[in-house]
This record gives sequence, structure tokens and C-alpha cells, in this order.
Amino acid sequence: MSATTTTAPAGRDSRKDGSERWTQTLRDITGGSAMISVLAVLFALVVGAILIAFTNERVQETAGYFFSRPTDLLRAVWDAVAGAYSALFQGSIYNFRATNFLTAIRPMTETLTFATPLIAAGLGVGLAFRVGMFNIGGRGQMLIAAGAAGWVAFAVELPAGIHLIVAILAGLLGGAIWGGIVGLLKARTGAHEVIVTIMLNFVALYLIQFLLRTPGALQAPGSNNPKTPAMAATAVFPDLFGPRYNLHAGFLTVVAATIFVWWLLSRSNLGFQFRAVGQNPSAARVAGINVKNVYLYAMAISGALVGLAGINQVLGTVTTGFGSGIDAGIGFDAITVALLGRSKPWGIFAAGILFGAFKAGGFAMQAAEGVPIDIVVVVQALIVLFIAAPPLVRAMFHLPTPGTSRKPTIRAVKTRQTNEVVAK
Amino acid sequence: MSTLTQSSAPASAPIVKPTAQIRSWKIPITFGSFAVLSLILFVVLGRGQRGELSTFRLSEGRDLIQLPEVALPTFATGMFVAVVLVLMAAASAWLVYRHAKIPIVLTIPFALLFLVGFLAWAASGSTIPVPGLLIGTVTLSAPLIFGALGGVLSERAGVVNVAIEGQLLAGAFSSAVVASATGNSYLGLLAAMVAGALVSMVLAAFALKYLVDQVIVGVVLNVLVIGLTSFLYSQVLAPSANLNSPNVFARLNVPFLSEIPIIGPVLFRQTIIVYVMYVAIALVYFGLFRTKWGLRVRAVGEHPQAADTVGINVNRTRFIAVTLGGVIAGFGGAYFTLGAVGAFNKEMTSGMGFIALAAVIFGQWHPIKATLAALLFGFATNLQNVLGIIGSPVPSEFMLMLPYVVTIFAVAGFVGRSRAPAADGKPYIK
Repeated sequence: MSATTTTAPAGRDSRKDGSERWTQTLRDITGGSAMISVLAVLFALVVGAILIAFTNERVQETAGYFFSRPTDLLRAVWDAVAGAYSALFQGSIYNFRATNFLTAIRPMTETLTFATPLIAAGLGVGLAFRVGMFNIGGRGQMLIAAGAAGWVAFAVELPAGIHLIVAILAGLLGGAIWGGIVGLLKARTGAHEVIVTIMLNFVALYLIQFLLRTPGALQAPGSNNPKTPAMAATAVFPDLFGPRYNLHAGFLTVVAATIFVWWLLSRSNLGFQFRAVGQNPSAARVAGINVKNVYLYAMAISGALVGLAGINQVLGTVTTGFGSGIDAGIGFDAITVALLGRSKPWGIFAAGILFGAFKAGGFAMQAAEGVPIDIVVVVQALIVLFIAAPPLVRAMFHLPTPGTSRKPTIRAVKTRQTNEVVAK
Repeated sequence: MSTLTQSSAPASAPIVKPTAQIRSWKIPITFGSFAVLSLILFVVLGRGQRGELSTFRLSEGRDLIQLPEVALPTFATGMFVAVVLVLMAAASAWLVYRHAKIPIVLTIPFALLFLVGFLAWAASGSTIPVPGLLIGTVTLSAPLIFGALGGVLSERAGVVNVAIEGQLLAGAFSSAVVASATGNSYLGLLAAMVAGALVSMVLAAFALKYLVDQVIVGVVLNVLVIGLTSFLYSQVLAPSANLNSPNVFARLNVPFLSEIPIIGPVLFRQTIIVYVMYVAIALVYFGLFRTKWGLRVRAVGEHPQAADTVGINVNRTRFIAVTLGGVIAGFGGAYFTLGAVGAFNKEMTSGMGFIALAAVIFGQWHPIKATLAALLFGFATNLQNVLGIIGSPVPSEFMLMLPYVVTIFAVAGFVGRSRAPAADGKPYIK
């Protein structure tokens, strides 16, 4: 095995020629990265199964007379776990109980519907990560974008098609402004982005709450509820596969956004500056990059991408009018999505779909088996934790340390494996 | 090039470094915007132009020493405050122009005056209970202060602690369960500390042993604890109520001290959790800045190589500091269940851990400053509660928004570039 010390992240693979890339991919699979992901998912599911089993009433009952009839306990554990996980699978991928194929694949479209805002917001958070910034302001950016897009969608009258585009642009602008404030303050005054994004989350929440109960702003006319009217039909994302499925054209905007971020980060001048600043702001400044502008642009684009999640919520998923809970915690989920996707566009896309599947399946599991959807959150967190710590997974499953090592995301950290390889 | 020739020249002539003359207009601009705001609010849109009074009640009914109520004419007070603030803003601009440093004796009175003016304006024609406002401030700040202290301890040792939220929530959950199961609230406090320590041990293990990015571990731990506690709440606590009904600590009056006017009720009529908080603040400050151990903790956070060279075990020092931070933050989590609500609820910390994180950064990684920052958040939260009762002149949402807007201004204007410990977030590999 050649003494290559580090695997280049996918974004930089372009430098390598085809054959080298192929060996690299092969090495990645056999050397553990893909293996570790699979094992991390498996292990997280096992922990989830233990939790489900322990808290199941039937299991607790049968455990009382374990020594007289141990099979009862085992059957109860099996019923609880298998029931929960098959409901999770059937709610997210393929429903075996459905009578025809078109109904059976409905869960898969649900998965994509849930994944849509997660991918968009994950791209925003991941982009900020690549520039070395931590955007916890997803909630605020989503709310402002949702408010802007929603207002255009129900209060402005435009012909179909144009209306949708204008509403999307308004939302993107709203998110970009809310994120841009953070970048501007960081660039001009050095205000820490973590504080500012957290604070702006609350400012946005109360601003939207105020607008939602102010007649003439976002509140539905003739109503006392803090809720907007329904979106005009001309501004709503059309259904992709007809009214039987919830999947809407917003998914296409997210695919486009993923391609855009990929192009931005690995093919554009600005993206090169982003990555340079993310690796080492001082070196980037010495190299002539205007670091302050990079912070501003990166946060504005990040805010717009997170805003796209809010737009998808109001113009695609909840078109009957929204309240101040429209963000549904996606701004925070997006952080885990970005981490799982290692801040790379297509990684985030895949991670978003995985988490979308968990979300779709989680609701089905809660409805069918009475297992709280929170178990899905635990499993998701464990997956990210294990994937982030390859040495731990290798130690647990006695996998060999591969000749190559993946670089951890966000900041380039020297890894122990690198040293070991050098030592060899 | 000139520096090169200078350094190679014999050191006969003293080298005179050109001092950079940088004027930072941040503080004058911040002062100026607040002065303009107060002019608009108190004078142009002034309330109480028909001679209303704003009353400040300084004593509670049961106090031994009763202070008289202070009644200020609303409009005149507002006018006075606005004029003084404009003068102070002008003074700060003049100081900056003269390259002088703006003294803290200008900043603190500025903030206090603005506050008095604002309270007088908001309370036009009604009464503000000052002790009530401040008591609530201390109580509401308690979890933030504990969280911030835990964060400071961990980050001073060089481990970024985004998991404060998780530590608080784990503390809240386990204290409720243990206190209910055993019937002893003090055991609940102990359990909260253990739970916080466990969360931070996971953080430390992943960050120090497996070298995972510390922000990732922190975020994921938050999610994990939220998921676990919510799941266990729905599955275990909700069906059987006797596991989630701990005894809430009563307020204890400290003899004599609690009768000091204003300060007494505010500081010395609190629960045991708040009294422990005073001790914790002092201990963390003393431990970090006055002991050999604290010097070591700060050394591994600033320059681990140097610390290693003189024989300090970097990772062990870090592990202990992070664990202690978790103990403190976990204890703060007990406030939610044993100090306030009396039962655990899903995600009951509702983002307080992130505000504590903001207080850590706002407080420049210093225990006392972080405490003050946390108090500011507590004060702002309680202010809108109080103004909500007496009837606020602006929509309540804007009152709720105010603390966060003020923080953004303060972070952008006063604090500026806050510098983290140099090795914060970087694992140490020999």
C-alpha cells in the first residue's frame, strides 16, 4: 500500500486522475469509511432497540418471571423491537401491507418530502461550517424566509408561475438578510457568530409572532388566531406525482440547491475563497482574500439556503397557513444533517434523505406501535456520534486500522492514524 | 525591510516603535445610538406629559426596614436621562478623538441611566416593584450562571462545550427522577451533578481520546440527551406520575442578611440552589485564578505543548476540568425541576444552554464576567414578565425581543472580538 497519508475530501477529488480516484474509492470502501457508516447505523439501531425493549410494558411484565419462562421475555422483546422497526421501515421506504405498488411506495415519497427542508437547511449550515462558522441561527432564518415568502404568496396577486418565483425570491432574500446581518457584524465588529445567531433566532421568533397577530401584516383577515391565511394556489409548489403524494416540486429546488452549493464550493472562485478562509483565515488574508467580505457573503448565502427550507415549509408542506412554529426544529436538525454529511453538498443530500426517512418512519412508528418518535432522535444522534469517531467503531468491532484515514470535518485535525501511517 | 536592518544594527539607539494610532468608534457609535433611541422614546414619544408619576417601590411588605416609595415625574425624568445620555455619548466621542480610553465609570452609569430612564418611561402612571424585579432576575439567572460556569471551566481547559444544554437537561431529568423516587431532594441534587458529569465525560472522551471535532460532539450530545430524556419521559415518567413529582426547595431566609434593604430580599431570600450558586461562582473564580490547579487548567487551554513540556498531563487535566464543568452545569439543571417547576417536562431547558453558551462568550471566558452576562439575560427575561403585569406601552413581543437586541448591540459594540483560549477546540496530540 502506498504511503498516501490522507484521503482527500470528495470536493477536492477533481485534482486526481480517474484511476487514482477509483483506487481511492475502493480503498475507502474496504478501508472502513463506508463500513464504519454501516456499522454506526447498525449499532445506533441496536441501542435504539435496547431502549425500546427496556421501556416496553410487556417486556417489563415478562421479565418478572424470567426464570420460570424465559421464552416469554424473548418473545416480548422481539415483538416490541421488530414491531417498532418494521413500522419504521414501512413508514419510510416501502409499505408491504399496501394493496398495490403505487400505494406501497408512498412512504418513500413521504421520506423525500420530509428530507426536502432538512437538505436545504443542512446545506446552509454546512456551507457556514466550510467557512469556519457555526450557524445556529437556522430557526430565525427559516422564520424570516417563511414570513417573507408566505406574505408574497398570500397577499400579492401575480400570474401563476411568476408568483411562485417571486415568493421564492422574497424568501431567499429574507433568509439572506437575516444571515447576512450575522456575517456583517462578524466582519465589521468581530461579534461572535454563535451569539448573534442565537440572539437573532429569538428576535425573529418574536418579530414573526408580532406580525402574526397584527392584522394587515401576516394575520389572516377576520381571524383572531396567530396564523396566516392559506397560500394562493398560484404560489404553491405543484405536486410532483399528483395529489396522491405529498411530494412537491420544492424537492427539485433542493436538488438544484445541492448542485449550486457543489458548484460554488468546488468550481467557483468565491467557493475557493470560502474554503481558504475556512481552513485558515490568517493565511487567506495574507494571500489577498478579503476575509471580511467572505464572512458576509458566506453567511448571506448560508442564510438564503436555510431560508429555502422555510420556503419549502410554507409553499410546499403546510400551504394552509402557518404559525410561529413553522420551523419545526429543522434549523437545529440541520446541524446534525450537516455534520453527518461532513459539510459536503452530496453528503448533506444523502444525510438529509436518511434523516427524512427516520422522520417519516418515526411518525408511522409512533402511530402504529406507540413508540415515541423521540427514539428516532436518539438513533440519529448516535449515528452521527459513531460516524464522527471512526477509531471508536473500529475498536468496538475489532476492525483493522486502514492504511488511509478520513479527515474529520470542519477543522483539519491531525488524526492519530495519520501519525501511525507515518510511523510505518 | 527597515525592521530587518534595524534588528541587525547594534542596539545602541533605542528602537522607537511607531505606535499605531487607531481610533475605534464602536463605543461612541453604540452610545450615540442609545442616546438617540432615548431621545426618541423618552422625549419625542415621551409619556407622562400630563404630569404622570413613575413609582419605584423599593421594599416588600414584609420587610423590617421599609424604604419609602420613590415617585419620579415620568416626562421630566425621561428628558433628564436623554440629555445626560447625549452628553455622555458626546464625551465618549471626544475621548476617542483624543485617543483616550473610555473608562468603565462612563460605561456602567450610561447603562444604568438608560435603564432607569426606560423603567420610568415604561412605568408611567404605575408602580415598579424593584425588589421583585431583582429577585426574579437572580432566580431566573441561576441555571444560566451554572451553565456558563461549567462552560467557562471546560473551555478554559481547551475543550469547546456546546453541550451545556444537554448537561442542564440531563441534570433536570435525573434530579426529578431521583428526588421523586427517594423522596429526598438533596439526593436529587447529587443525581443532577452525576448526570451532568456523565454527559461531559462522554464529551471529554470523544474529544480527547477519539479526537472528534468538539463542536460536533457537543451538538450531537445535546440532541442525544434531548432524545433520551424525551423518550424516557413519554415511556416511563408520563404513565407513572410518582416518578416525576419531586419536592420543590422552599426559599430560605438568611437571618439578618435578608433584612438589608433591597439587597437582602434579592440575594438572601432564595432557595438552596441559589446559595450554592454563590459558592460555585467564588470557587470557580478562585480555583481558576488563584490555585496551582487553575494555572494548569489555563495552561493546557492556552498552550498545551508548553504545559506538557513542564510535566503537566494535558489530557488528564482537561478531562478533570471538563468533568467538573459538567458537575456544575448538571447542578444548574436541577433548578428547573427542584427549584422552579416541580416536575420534568420534555425539552424543559428550552434553549437556556445556548444562552449560557452566549454568556460564556459574552463574558470573555471569565467566570465573573460570564456571571454578569448571565444576570443580564435573567434581568431582561424578568423585566418583560414585570412589565407584562403592569402593562407595557409597546407590544409585548418587542419587550421580549429587547434583551436579545441589546445583547447583539453589546456584543457588536462593547465586547467586540472576544478571544477564546488559544487551544480551545484543538485536541492535543503529542
